[in-house]
Amino acid sequence: MHLEDLAEKAAEFRAEEAAIQREVRVCMAASCQSSGSLAVMDALKDACGDGNGTCHVKGVGCMGLCSAGPLVAVADKDCGLDASLLYRDVTPNDAPDIMGSVCGAPVERLRCPTDQPFFARQHKIVLENSGIIDPDSFKNYVAAGGYAGMVRALSEMTPADVLREVTTSGLRGRGGGGYPTGLKWSTVAKMPAGQKYVICNADEGDPGAFMDRAVLESDPHRVLEGMAIAAYAIGANKGYIYVRAEYPLAVERLQTALRKAKRAGFLGNKIADTQFNFEIEIRLGAGAFVCGEETALMASIEGLRGQPRPRPPYPAESGLWGCPTLINNVETFANIAPIVREGGDWFASIGTERSKGTKVFALAGKIHNTGLIEVPMGTKLRDIIEIIGGGIPDDKSFKAVQTGGPSGGCIPDRHLDIPVDYDSLKTLGTMMGSGGMIVMDETSCMVDVARYFMEFCMTESCGKCIPCRTGTWQMHSLLDRIAKSQGTQADLALLEELCEVVQATSLCGLGQTAPNPVLSTLRYFRDEYEEKLQLPTS
Amino acid sequence: MSNDPTSTGHKITVATTWLDGCSGCHMSFLDMDERLIALADQIDIVYSPLVDTKELPEQVDVGILEGSISSDDDLEKAKEFRQHCKLLISLGDCAVNGNVPSMRNHFKLADVMDRAYRENVTLQPQIPVHGVPNLLGTVKPIHGVVAVDLFVPGCPPHADAIWYVLSELIEGRTPDPSQVTRFGA
Amino acid sequence: MPRPANQPNVRVVTLKIDDLDLSAREDETIIEVCRENKIPIPSLCYLDGLSTWGACRLCVVELEGQNRLTAACSTRVAEGMQIHTNTERLQRYRRTIIELLFAERSHICSVCVSNGHCELQSLAQRCGVDHVRVPYRQAAYPVDSSHEMFRLDHNRCVLCTRCVRVCDEIEGAHTWDVMGRGSDCRVITDLALPWGESETCTGCGKCVQVCPTGALVKQGTSVGEMVKDQHFLPILARRRHAR
Repeated sequence: MHLEDLAEKAAEFRAEEAAIQREVRVCMAASCQSSGSLAVMDALKDACGDGNGTCHVKGVGCMGLCSAGPLVAVADKDCGLDASLLYRDVTPNDAPDIMGSVCGAPVERLRCPTDQPFFARQHKIVLENSGIIDPDSFKNYVAAGGYAGMVRALSEMTPADVLREVTTSGLRGRGGGGYPTGLKWSTVAKMPAGQKYVICNADEGDPGAFMDRAVLESDPHRVLEGMAIAAYAIGANKGYIYVRAEYPLAVERLQTALRKAKRAGFLGNKIADTQFNFEIEIRLGAGAFVCGEETALMASIEGLRGQPRPRPPYPAESGLWGCPTLINNVETFANIAPIVREGGDWFASIGTERSKGTKVFALAGKIHNTGLIEVPMGTKLRDIIEIIGGGIPDDKSFKAVQTGGPSGGCIPDRHLDIPVDYDSLKTLGTMMGSGGMIVMDETSCMVDVARYFMEFCMTESCGKCIPCRTGTWQMHSLLDRIAKSQGTQADLALLEELCEVVQATSLCGLGQTAPNPVLSTLRYFRDEYEEKLQLPTS
Repeated sequence: MSNDPTSTGHKITVATTWLDGCSGCHMSFLDMDERLIALADQIDIVYSPLVDTKELPEQVDVGILEGSISSDDDLEKAKEFRQHCKLLISLGDCAVNGNVPSMRNHFKLADVMDRAYRENVTLQPQIPVHGVPNLLGTVKPIHGVVAVDLFVPGCPPHADAIWYVLSELIEGRTPDPSQVTRFGA
Repeated sequence: MPRPANQPNVRVVTLKIDDLDLSAREDETIIEVCRENKIPIPSLCYLDGLSTWGACRLCVVELEGQNRLTAACSTRVAEGMQIHTNTERLQRYRRTIIELLFAERSHICSVCVSNGHCELQSLAQRCGVDHVRVPYRQAAYPVDSSHEMFRLDHNRCVLCTRCVRVCDEIEGAHTWDVMGRGSDCRVITDLALPWGESETCTGCGKCVQVCPTGALVKQGTSVGEMVKDQHFLPILARRRHAR
């Protein structure tokens, strides 16, 4: 298949929708569904009637502003389909009003301005289709330019060309570590030909992080396309998506996407009429956070107990069943199709010197606009929280933001003016992580925060290595004592010592980073710990 | 010990007591046999189950505790020793890590009492309350309640180990008990 | 670490361990080279003849030019490596790890059938652990005496998984495995059946012999009587892998 053939197909799919005068998009991602968007969709469909085919109600993926859900967007031909009106907090009772309104006279009481910074300051690459296309529709995806990256790679590029584009793009792993994606791919590609695997890590488990879920629920084909391009570049013919079972909606949409892509000849044997074969299988995680660690994830896919093993050998050399394996996270793969489609140079023009492209963040906690955003790398943290996020609710003041989940750390107000990129965050003692941002206001106790994350690490420790298994238990009990104002200076000293040992000696990343929330809260809010210490009794 | 007993003529004062233990560590102390005579030239036992004194002197050079902290009384004694002794030694596994007394920590205290004083007693089963100290919910090693300077594990530590530790202290050196004893030795 | 016999073209590298100039085959791990040269490195999960597990972290060493510590059992030697096995920092970390183990379950040495023959006990002495600074976890675990010859005391288990590996890799029965998470992990027989009811256990007793502590012992032993013999392991491992 040539690119032109695909373009024709896309035009054909777009033409099918030509009769539609008005398109009503209802968010069907997990967050809006939990606030009742299924009922809203039914009510809107009733209000729309058959509409002679001119009115179309469709379920779409995440529109970002989760705190205002259920969200509904109305695109009307009279006003241009691109300029959609957004309605917030929609209930089924609002359906007749929405359907009855005309484009010049929207339902003002429900309006959610789209020129507000939350929307205007975003730059969407990963989420470009999110909230616009129907995630279950293969046609929608193709009509929006989907699979053009894959077809271009397969028909016009050699695997080496693809590697070059990805390397040029400067893309770094979006799962947390920030390892250069091009380098990782090249390493696997250089391994001798034979059985190789591609794995998509969708075991997103950080508290307060839901970026990958939104991508899978909103635009699943994009991930499949990214994986297929990767497989072509490294010479793999089999892929796995390891997704947590707690994401049933994402799993369902992935299954639908896999079925449809396969039926269309975009997965399976002789993809897009080339000699390239690639199959993808979904594997469900059983709720262990540690299975997001790559060696544990692979053990789990192999049917073994989900526990990490020492590296090296790295998966690129010896991964799944001992074969060279490429493992990237959802957002990384979601960036691939645009890179191949638009070119690595285009991607590299976005972001900062050492962190290219955009990053999706999940805003949660004490912030006005909780939800999902995508901003260019290098955006100031203050802009994200105060402008895009809309600041802190209830007239409270900002205290800190936790990035990188239980492996990361907190950032206080005085450092908010740093640009968000891998390296700046590291210098502040935290990390990019997968993109969760938990905002805390003046009422949050930082010892509590540290204790919460330590409890998470303790209950999620797989139990293999001693420092993590029992060190997290000890650190948690020390934090608990301090938080309850029963701790002493000696307890604090012991806590810091344990932090050092667990960080230095643990087997995998989970253990090595488990002390980070303690170390970073101690770094910026040591006074809060000391205030809670008991004075030594003579 | 910085003060040289021979030059000043002042003997090192030593106080000992046992808390929740079997007295085995004190027996092991006595097992130093004829070395006790040599030791008597160097140290003065000013308070101990082995001597008659009833009061812990105001200032003691070395305090030696056997047994773990299992009751209010143990806790008080440990605090008192800490307060009056310049150097405090945990002697034996019960003092160092809880040992056998701490095995009751896996059960509720009330269940342990019932088992000991009701279930297995045929004549007048009752929980003793008069003239006995209140038991604590959790048995702890000495350093779980007061700071300890030196740990001599063993069940009991061999007389040679005790001799080594005391000789080193008399010589003004800091002993390393791991050279001569271990948990369970 | 068992390796297939007749490996072709294995090179020899030179390296420095604690200021000793040594040579080794490049397919050897640091701990193997240390054991050959009588350089003591504490370890608990590592056992010659079983696969590498890399979990006890007692064998971590410092590599010059590398910030992160590395486990000697799971790192192969390389030309020019400079390794430090016993720095003050490593000694401190090892002491803490051993303390953490003692505090995790109830290792009461004085009443243990393995007293005097226990690897954890002698490690503590060797590393200078004369007391445990962290509080004891005080969690009680069951004892499984259902097997006619052997007994399992979870309270003395350090989760090194030697039993799991020897049963799987040498005996070929895979009776043992691990269940649970974190400190509540437990070694189990079959699908957490009582050991005596296990249909896969051959009763060979290899697990008992390789267990470093008094967690797996023979029935009928009293305090200090359980002496273990692991000499069979490297011999059996070599024979198995030679085939």
